[in-house]
Amino acid sequence: MAQTITVNGEKRSIDADPETPLLWVLRDDLRLTGTKFGCGAALCGACTVHLDGEAVRSCQIQARDADGREVTTIEGVSGDIAKAVQAAWIKLDVAQCGYCQPGQVMSAIGLLSQIPKPTDDDIDKAMDGNVCRCATYHRIRAAIHEAAKAI
Amino acid sequence: MTTSTLGEIFKMPPVQLPDASRRLFLKISGGAGAGLILGLAAPMPGAGSRAAAAAAGTSLAPNPFVIVAPDNTVTVILKHLDKGQGAATGLATLVAEELDADHAQIRTEFAPSDPVKFKNFAFGVQGVGGSTGLSNSYEQYRTAGATARAMLVAAAARAWALPAGEITVKAGKISHASGKSATFGELAVKAAAENVPEKPALKDPKDFVYIGKQFPRVDSPVKVNGTAKFTLDHQFDGMLIAVIVRPPLFGAKVSAFDAAEAMKIKGVVTVLQVPQGVAVLADNTWAALKAKRLLKVTWDDSAAEKRGSEEIVAIYKALLDKPGIKAREQGNIEDAFKSAAKVIEADFEFPYLAHAPMEPMNCVVRFDGASADIWTGSQLQTVDHGAACAVLGLKPEAINLHTVWAGGSFGRRAVPDAHYVREACDIAKAYGKPVPIKLMWTREDDITGGWYRPIYVHRIRAGLDKDGNIIAWLHRIAGQSIMAGTAFEAMTVKNGIDETSVEGASSLPYAIANLRVDLHTEKVGVPVLWWRSVGATHTAHATEHMIDMLAKDAGKDPVAFRLELLKDKPRHAGVLKLAAEKAGWGMPLPPGKFRGVAVHESFGSYVANVADVSLRDGGTVKVERIVCAIDCGLAVNPDVVAAQMEGGIGYGLGAALKSAITLKGGVVEQTNFDGYDVMRMSEMPRIEVHIVPSAAPPTGVGEPGTPVALPAVANALFSGTGVRTLQLPMSRQAYKAKV
Repeated sequence: MAQTITVNGEKRSIDADPETPLLWVLRDDLRLTGTKFGCGAALCGACTVHLDGEAVRSCQIQARDADGREVTTIEGVSGDIAKAVQAAWIKLDVAQCGYCQPGQVMSAIGLLSQIPKPTDDDIDKAMDGNVCRCATYHRIRAAIHEAAKAI
Repeated sequence: MTTSTLGEIFKMPPVQLPDASRRLFLKISGGAGAGLILGLAAPMPGAGSRAAAAAAGTSLAPNPFVIVAPDNTVTVILKHLDKGQGAATGLATLVAEELDADHAQIRTEFAPSDPVKFKNFAFGVQGVGGSTGLSNSYEQYRTAGATARAMLVAAAARAWALPAGEITVKAGKISHASGKSATFGELAVKAAAENVPEKPALKDPKDFVYIGKQFPRVDSPVKVNGTAKFTLDHQFDGMLIAVIVRPPLFGAKVSAFDAAEAMKIKGVVTVLQVPQGVAVLADNTWAALKAKRLLKVTWDDSAAEKRGSEEIVAIYKALLDKPGIKAREQGNIEDAFKSAAKVIEADFEFPYLAHAPMEPMNCVVRFDGASADIWTGSQLQTVDHGAACAVLGLKPEAINLHTVWAGGSFGRRAVPDAHYVREACDIAKAYGKPVPIKLMWTREDDITGGWYRPIYVHRIRAGLDKDGNIIAWLHRIAGQSIMAGTAFEAMTVKNGIDETSVEGASSLPYAIANLRVDLHTEKVGVPVLWWRSVGATHTAHATEHMIDMLAKDAGKDPVAFRLELLKDKPRHAGVLKLAAEKAGWGMPLPPGKFRGVAVHESFGSYVANVADVSLRDGGTVKVERIVCAIDCGLAVNPDVVAAQMEGGIGYGLGAALKSAITLKGGVVEQTNFDGYDVMRMSEMPRIEVHIVPSAAPPTGVGEPGTPVALPAVANALFSGTGVRTLQLPMSRQAYKAKV
């Protein structure tokens, strides 16, 4: 059974097992590998994408549930908030190994879209599901505040 | 940083090459033949697009480390993997400095596998670890940049018919007072025809524009837009995904398997038995994962490890009552204990720890019977390459090992037996068709798959005289050897002492006249590995926490107590004083906040932490702030140093507060990030990093930030609650503020 998913503004027709997590549809079928696999169980946030504008863990969304919906991945983010977040990440040299950072960036964009001037508590709540084993949390927090200033 | 301290650095001696390298390599490569090391040094066709272009003579490439191209890019060839610690930026900083390149024109590319050209001077083969990435490259990469610069200047002098001495280079621009100027790109091809200077002059450190100052990370842009390509991101037409069903007990073997249900999954291509378990190959990841769950395997566990963590700890604890093999001894502790006014003793327990890098282990192999390509975040290229040769039965020159960005390592990717590269090669060989195969470990494979920081138990017994001076110190450790049974054993296990089991304890810096450190090593069937900062992960805590217990009994301030014992250790004392001063040590704290300190040297770098800690409702430990001081010699890239301290502290704190792998009946009880709890945003303290200005040669920063926060936090809790932190992680203990 084919699914039609709008990915980064483009309608894509996919013929995947309907149970396939969106994560693997993006990575294997569409070769959009910016979205990462970290745990497969919504415990680490490396696979965070936006589904109809909301930050979700793509490892938990089945292809059939993404049918007819809009997905934005790290490759397709755009707009002032995304630009401010990515610029702040670069300015503060947040990334170390960088593997979790697409997910962090997607979660941060999601947060700033909801709360333009987040407090430290807001950041804790929005970002606690995104694990960074390099523990760049200190700079992620600073970069979110930095991006909030720029928006 | 003063000019005179930089001047001292400039005179640092070249790093010495150890003699054991060849022997080591031959051992690692599994007896694949004496010609191997030379074979591995053969040029690797097709490795690196820019490197390939340079080989064709269209760029300036005077050495293996730098390529100046007509498009005005400068490509720095990275002999070391960058798994987050900043090696790419660090090596690029060294080249850019001596080349006077502009940051914007710098590109980086991982080097092909070559144990001669790209060896780590600390190992003698290609690879990185032990926080050696920058220290062993400091002169080499500067010289590489200086060589290219000298040739560009020579080409300009020839083209303009002007004396080379009058030509200047600044931020990627070559110019002369007459108004003539050129970019690197414009002169690259001409410069390639100039003589390669044998000993190009290196800069006077007072002229440094990047080293010790600022050079932004070269990998930030690709890591925030999803384009940085990790092993898992390699996609090829016709590629198969492989996952392995692994034994539930370490050391168990496949006795039989039933693939009927697994084979029914659409996309599954085959199921193969390999030495490590049973592999499922599918044309997409989801099919492979789904089939993995349906595969029925029966295991022969007759030779498997069936003990649990509790039994292992009990065995180790019993050993603490008997003397172990001596790692260090001075004075006479028996007599000293007899004369002590007070003796205190503490036992410490440290659990297994998984590294759990965000990118689980993986490797892509394309093998056609006669040649192979391997893509992986290779940390020990020579080891991985040698293992691939042994498994595939190929000569080194028939294998291209492509090092790619790695999603963390913390020691996990530096594996003496190259096991996940071997697995991928075993699968490719068993499948026998020339398609690319991507082996992927799941998170469950990672958490339950072993290669942990070993369990250790420690006992420290110390005696104070009537004036509160430490006169006796007996430190006994029991645990499993990381190095025994590996290719590195001969180099690192001496007289029964695995240096990684005792480092940090046998190197106790405090002036104590009567001291003994000894070790019991037990064989356990759980594979273990170095975990960021290795021995210091446990020795720093045991020693530094004990010092605070002693300071309390001596009625002395923990900083003053340490400084008294560190009179001959100026670098320990230096970071301790700096951290204490910056943290406001001795100033009163608000109610409910406690403060603790610790100092430790590892990998030649000295780190002190002051931790401010509070208890949340129910006694959960909240680390509020860490003030960190580091002396790593010359800080080539101060912001990378700060980032490594921040990350190292966070990594160490996760283990301090809540991470543990536990075994029951030999089975690992945690499977993913729910059971194996790691540091998250809300738990991260504020961190301040202060770097000691130094004239010493640069030393490592990837690991030394990790081990110090644990004892600093424990000491804060000890001061605020009176509770000793003897069992790790801290979530196993109950802390309650003193009323």
